[in-house]
Amino acid sequence: MQPNSAMDAMYQEIILDHAKLRSGSDLSAEEAAETSYDAGCGQVHQLNPVCGDEITLRLSVDGNTVESIHWLGDGCSISMASASILAQEAKGMTVEELRTLIGQFREVMRSRGSMVADEEVLGDAAALGGVSKFPARVKCAMLAWVAAEGALAQASTP
Amino acid sequence: MDAVHESAPLDDAAVRRIRNDFPVLSQQMAGRDLIYLDSGATSQNPISVMEAEQEFYEQRNAAVHRGAHSLAAEATDAFEDARTTVAGFVGAGEDELFWTSNATAGLNLLAYSFSNASVGTVSAEAARFALGPGDEVVVTEMEHHANLIPWQELCRRTGATLKFIPVDDDGALRLEEAAVLIGPRTKVLAFTHASNVLGIINPVAVLVALAREVGALVVLDACQSAPHLPLDVKALDVDFAVFSGHKMLAPTGIGAVYGRAELLNAMPPFLTGGSMITTVTMEAAEYLPSPARFEAGTQPVSQAVALASAVDYLRETGMDRVHAWESTLGQRLVAGLSAIDGIRVLGPKPGVERTGLAAFHVEGVHAHDVGQYLDAQGIAVRVGHHCAQPLHRRLGLTASTRASTYLYNTTDEVDALLEAVAEIRPYFRVGTGKEQ
Ligand SMILES: Cc1ncc(COP(=O)(O)O)c(C=O)c1O
Repeated sequence: MQPNSAMDAMYQEIILDHAKLRSGSDLSAEEAAETSYDAGCGQVHQLNPVCGDEITLRLSVDGNTVESIHWLGDGCSISMASASILAQEAKGMTVEELRTLIGQFREVMRSRGSMVADEEVLGDAAALGGVSKFPARVKCAMLAWVAAEGALAQASTP
Repeated sequence: MDAVHESAPLDDAAVRRIRNDFPVLSQQMAGRDLIYLDSGATSQNPISVMEAEQEFYEQRNAAVHRGAHSLAAEATDAFEDARTTVAGFVGAGEDELFWTSNATAGLNLLAYSFSNASVGTVSAEAARFALGPGDEVVVTEMEHHANLIPWQELCRRTGATLKFIPVDDDGALRLEEAAVLIGPRTKVLAFTHASNVLGIINPVAVLVALAREVGALVVLDACQSAPHLPLDVKALDVDFAVFSGHKMLAPTGIGAVYGRAELLNAMPPFLTGGSMITTVTMEAAEYLPSPARFEAGTQPVSQAVALASAVDYLRETGMDRVHAWESTLGQRLVAGLSAIDGIRVLGPKPGVERTGLAAFHVEGVHAHDVGQYLDAQGIAVRVGHHCAQPLHRRLGLTASTRASTYLYNTTDEVDALLEAVAEIRPYFRVGTGKEQ
């Protein structure tokens, strides 16, 4: 193989690890099919029709704190790693903090490689910064985050 | 063109000369020579085709069939000569081929024409195309969405029922089931000549015989055959055949439908308007015979001229030679891919006839990641469901990676792909020994 630094920057060790780990991917097919949830719970299904990447993400808040993210999904390493990282990072954040994080993550993803992903701000999600150089893959990285944004809105509206 | 009038089988040396006619292939990608293995999606144009289109605009552009001036006559001649060339290429008469924007438009046009025969008052001769409750349309499980959804919609509009011939684990049509499915209720049998995923060439004669027994109309999707093998619609005895120019060395925006003359002159048109009528009153209109009947409005004239030029190129190269070369590449692909750990090739096993393409699954690595890895090596392939979701579902997959060759691909390019594919599972740290 010829070295390819842009690709190697996207498929970092931590990304490939998370793609296998799939932290939080313990939502059952039955739960994913449910249409009504407890108060403080939101659930969103996202599908990328181009490549078939798919996720159903359930998020629950307790008061003002994100209690948990559980998801069921299938897709490329970027979409799966991204969901795994999100599930780990979001847990324990306040609703406002998660909302801000999603916004910052989206901004980096849309930057076409012009923004440096700051680990201080994004935590492990900074490792996904390399994806922004591949416009065709940004959707993969955003899939779980878009689902979380919707689920958060549902969960935090009384 | 170097390949002209040669008759020896194509080999790498001849293909290298052919490549000189395709400027897009001589560029660098990811720091190495571009390896274009996505001709099944869209093919590249030789210089002669681009020049034919440019020459038309420089010297002959005018409204066809609509003017008395000399330039219009020249444009009309160019347009009709193009039809004669392309019709001849597939064995059709010149009144039996009309233009569409692509194969998808052609298949939809047929479905809508049948639809138009199914509603309101229609002539006795148009009634043979009518469908209603109790009638059936039969397709196959391997169809491209373009040869599936128009029939789903036709059935929804008319109350007819859609049935499909299933495939076996290697993707081959289960002909014993076809013989049961195709019966007195069958009004239309629509299937692909060559699969865009499996590389299978379907047994047209067997299927046509089943359709003939019950008087069903046969629609052939020739998108993956017209560009790659000698095609004779009369010898195949199909009623309709559809193909796209951009898959056969021509620009986008042009496709064609073949129909038996007798059928085309009886079938209601889909699009109506200018250029397709004889007498028009405020109440009604009478239509021209085929092909004008199906060419309402301004046509893709320069694209038709370019497609004819592409057909000239293919014909001069020789479709037998093209087919033989691509079979060689297809076999090299399957044999090589099958020998790599963790690679599952879809479709026929090595040694069994296939076209010059192979779709495969890399165990443990998503097709999107496979495509990304190959792109970084300068290799262009298609990843996803290739517009054949039901087929992928049947094979237990949501997506696959497809390498598809054409007359300009070399064995070196196939070997470069094989080498890169062998590196993929180790790169993503899946598979024997390297798993953590
Ligand atoms: C078998 C088959 N049918 C139909 C089509 C549709 O062709 P187009 O997109 O040019 O209309 C394709 C191309 O992808 C194909 O491979």
